[in-house]
Amino acid sequence: MQLGELTNILNGKFYCGEDKIDFEISHICACDLLSEILVYSQAHALLLTGLVNLQVIRTAEMLDMGAVMFVRGKKPTEEMLTLARSKGIPLLSTPNTMFLTCGILFQSGLQDINPGKDW
Amino acid sequence: MQNDRPKSKKIAIDYFIKGMDFLAAGEASSKIKHTLQLIGFRPEIIRRAAIAAYESEMNMVIHSTRGMLKTVITPDRIELIAEDEGPGIPDIELAMMEGYSTAPDHVREMGFGAGMGLPNIKKCADEFTLESQVGRGTTLKVIINNRKE
Repeated sequence: MQLGELTNILNGKFYCGEDKIDFEISHICACDLLSEILVYSQAHALLLTGLVNLQVIRTAEMLDMGAVMFVRGKKPTEEMLTLARSKGIPLLSTPNTMFLTCGILFQSGLQDINPGKDW
Repeated sequence: MQNDRPKSKKIAIDYFIKGMDFLAAGEASSKIKHTLQLIGFRPEIIRRAAIAAYESEMNMVIHSTRGMLKTVITPDRIELIAEDEGPGIPDIELAMMEGYSTAPDHVREMGFGAGMGLPNIKKCADEFTLESQVGRGTTLKVIINNRKE
């Protein structure tokens, strides 16, 4: 599903990275522990999180994640926006809770990241 | 005609890491990743190196006073060396257990401290060594081989 359409079904908004509105997202990493994201995520997935700090962007950068979406209407800080723009990482938010967001995405055919993936 | 053996190519870069500097944290790893991309390593090699570098860098930021993140890159492999000054690790075996962490509360609130860092670095590495002296510091060495597909 394209990032723009995904944002619409979640009643969400872009904070930066609108140029990637057509980016195809197929997998979701829903997590609030950065160390777990570093273990279990995969490239080009959408990172769905309630964690709002600069290291979320760094983590997304290290893992080549497709975009970062914050749940519960959380907003990125200016430092996060600056870093995300420099790295070309779209930042978005949805007013929904983590549970509801995951449910909507799952029903829409988005897949979980593959935690058993070997290098 | 004399055939000269090509000189081996090596890039060595060192980055200073300051303890508890969460604004700068990740910059060194980002630069290492960018260097590897410019050189043209395969994406899966870059990903492993980026994760190992970032986890190492964050360990130094969280647990040490200061340190150096060194990288030595040759066509055959990527070597990462994280040397820090700090309290050291009293029990390395314990530190390597998934879920074990000594991160302070304010660091856990940032999303760190799940106790996955060192095991994750080891998982990314082809070779992994960890040495530490209590009261002095820790040295972590990682090698990722650039095997041909």
